[in-house]
Formats: sequence, C-alpha cells, structure tokens
Amino acid sequence: MVQEQDQLPRKEKARLVRDALGVGLAVGAYGLSYGALAVSSGLSVGQTQFLSLLLYGGSAQLALVGTLAAGGGGAAASATATLLGVRSLFYGVSLRPVLDARPRLLLPAAHLLSDESTAMAIAKQTPSASRFAYWVTGSVVFLFWNLTTLVGALAGSLLADPKVLGLDVASSAAFLALVAPRLRERDGRFVFVLAGLVAVAVSPFVGSGLPVVIAGLTALSVLLLPTVRPRQQDGRNPNDEVPEGGLADRVPADGLGAGDSAAGRGGAS
Amino acid sequence: MSWTWILLATAACFALKLAGLLVPESALDRPAVARVAGVVPVALLAALITTQTFVHQQQLAVDERAVGLAVAGVAVWLRAPFLVVVVTGAAATAGLRWLDLAG
Repeated sequence: MVQEQDQLPRKEKARLVRDALGVGLAVGAYGLSYGALAVSSGLSVGQTQFLSLLLYGGSAQLALVGTLAAGGGGAAASATATLLGVRSLFYGVSLRPVLDARPRLLLPAAHLLSDESTAMAIAKQTPSASRFAYWVTGSVVFLFWNLTTLVGALAGSLLADPKVLGLDVASSAAFLALVAPRLRERDGRFVFVLAGLVAVAVSPFVGSGLPVVIAGLTALSVLLLPTVRPRQQDGRNPNDEVPEGGLADRVPADGLGAGDSAAGRGGAS
Repeated sequence: MSWTWILLATAACFALKLAGLLVPESALDRPAVARVAGVVPVALLAALITTQTFVHQQQLAVDERAVGLAVAGVAVWLRAPFLVVVVTGAAATAGLRWLDLAG
C-alpha cells in the first residue's frame, strides 16, 4: 500500500503551480488561434466558446475546426473531434490509479481531463504530487483556454492566420516538452518513435484525426518488449514511487532528474 | 455547423473522459494493461506532434514547421524551461516564414 500523503511541501506546491501557469500560457497562445480559426471556419462566437467550455479538448476542437475549414460537414467534423477524444478514454485509464477521484469529484475530474493535465500528472513521482498537479494544471489550463478562446474569437480576422506567429508549431513544441520526461524510459522512447512514424505514414490514406487514433494502437507494441527489470532506487523507498495499481512506466528509468517535469526543468533538480 | 453536431461531439467527448476514469480497478490489475495504458499518452502525443509538423493536407511535408520543432527539440535537450521551448520553436518557424515572405 502507498502511504497516503495529503500534505505536499509548500515549495513543491508552488513549483507545481508555477509549472501549471507555464503550461497555461502556452495553451493560451493556442487558444487564441483556436478562437480565431473557429470563427473563420464558420462557427459563431457562441459555438466557439461553447466548445471550449463544454467539449474542452484542444486538439479535438482544433480538429473539428480544421475539418470544417477543409470543407467537411458537421457530421465529419463531429466524428473527427470524437475520434480525437478517444484518447481521453486511455488517459482516464492511466490516471485512474493516480487520481483516485472521490465520487463527488468525478465529474469535474472528467471535465478537466486534457493532454496537459494528464501529462503533468503522470510525470510526477508520488500520487499526492500527481493529484495536485492534475487539479491545478486542469483548472489553470481550462481558465486560460477559455479566456483566450474568447479573445481569439472576438479578434477574429485579425488573427486569422496564426501561422505568421508560428502558433501552429507552438502546440507541437508544447507537446514535445510535455512528453520529454517519458523519453528517458525505453518503453516511452520506443512507442514515441513508432507512433510518430505510423501517424505520418497513414496520413495520406485516412481522414484527418484518424492517424492519431491509429497511432495510439502502437502503445500495444510495448508488450513485445521485454519487461524492464526493477532498478535500484538510489536509496529511495520504491514504494514511494509506484502508486497503487502500479503504472509500470512510472518507475524512473534513471536516477538523474527523474523527478523533473517538462515544465520544471528550470528548477533546482 | 449545426448545434446538433456540436452537442453530439460534446456529449461523446465527455462520455469518453468519464468512461476512462470509471474503468474498474480490476482491469488495471493486469501488468500488461497498466503497461500499455501508461504509454498510450506517449503514443498519442507523438502522433499529434508528427502529424501537426510533417503532414500538410494529408501529405508528407517537411517545411518551416520541422525547423521549429527541431529548435524546440534542442531546447528540450538543453533542459530549457517549458516556455522557452514553446517560444523558440514558434519563433524559429515564424522567422523562417517571415524571411520567406521578405525574400
């Protein structure tokens, strides 16, 4: 059993909040472009904001808008968004042992689920840090995403080409920074490369949105790799590292900076 | 786009989020399931990165976005803070596009 630690050191909490604000700012930059793109693809400001408030899935929303902009109909746009939303099912599964949400918190926990909140939570070493990172990142990102959606939608045509500012790359760069700690593990590296290649390889043959879901299936490939033998934990109690229900991938691959998050690299580690 | 499709997509996405969190714990007891579930976000983020960077209108395309991602990759390698990673990646791409326009 994992010792339940409800108290995180104040310093650790401050660091997690700072990380969350960093993620929020990055997401905000993308929210601006989503708002502007959505309006230019034919959605009303109300519909644009509704999606940010209630669908709340950055890439699902952007895929929806992208499908509309490319001439797809409502059904295709809706289906693409749902397909991109499929990954939250898997995010939920990997968060389940970490988050341990009480029934009262289940609906808000589900609503705040995003790439960012998941990535920040699973990068943490203890369940209590993961939970705190999840809620604070989820809330901050939700707030920034919605505020910037509104600003972007209202600014409309002024920001209609987010490419001029390189905002289309900002999202990829953010995802790269978020996934980086997982690339220190062999399983993570293997799946990262395989999934990235598969997604690009199938792109010419399937509709927008599908390559990401298909690439998600490459996660199964880790079963072909031999299991990593447990390593020495550098004097730490291994029970502190693995949450109940044991996500095998949460065992750090090395002792160097294993506690780093993508967003916390500037910290004292 | 009609509100009907917007509501359907919203309901479907929320249902997926909720379903993931409601998966019975017993489903996670198997190490194989936990191992796969743990790398699924890695797979999806990798796919999002490569499709956003190397695909244009469903075709392979290596352009300014690839340079921006490479710059971001170097920043990650150097353990730069998150915002530096994002800003340098975007700025590199924006700069190249600007030079392209200027040239």
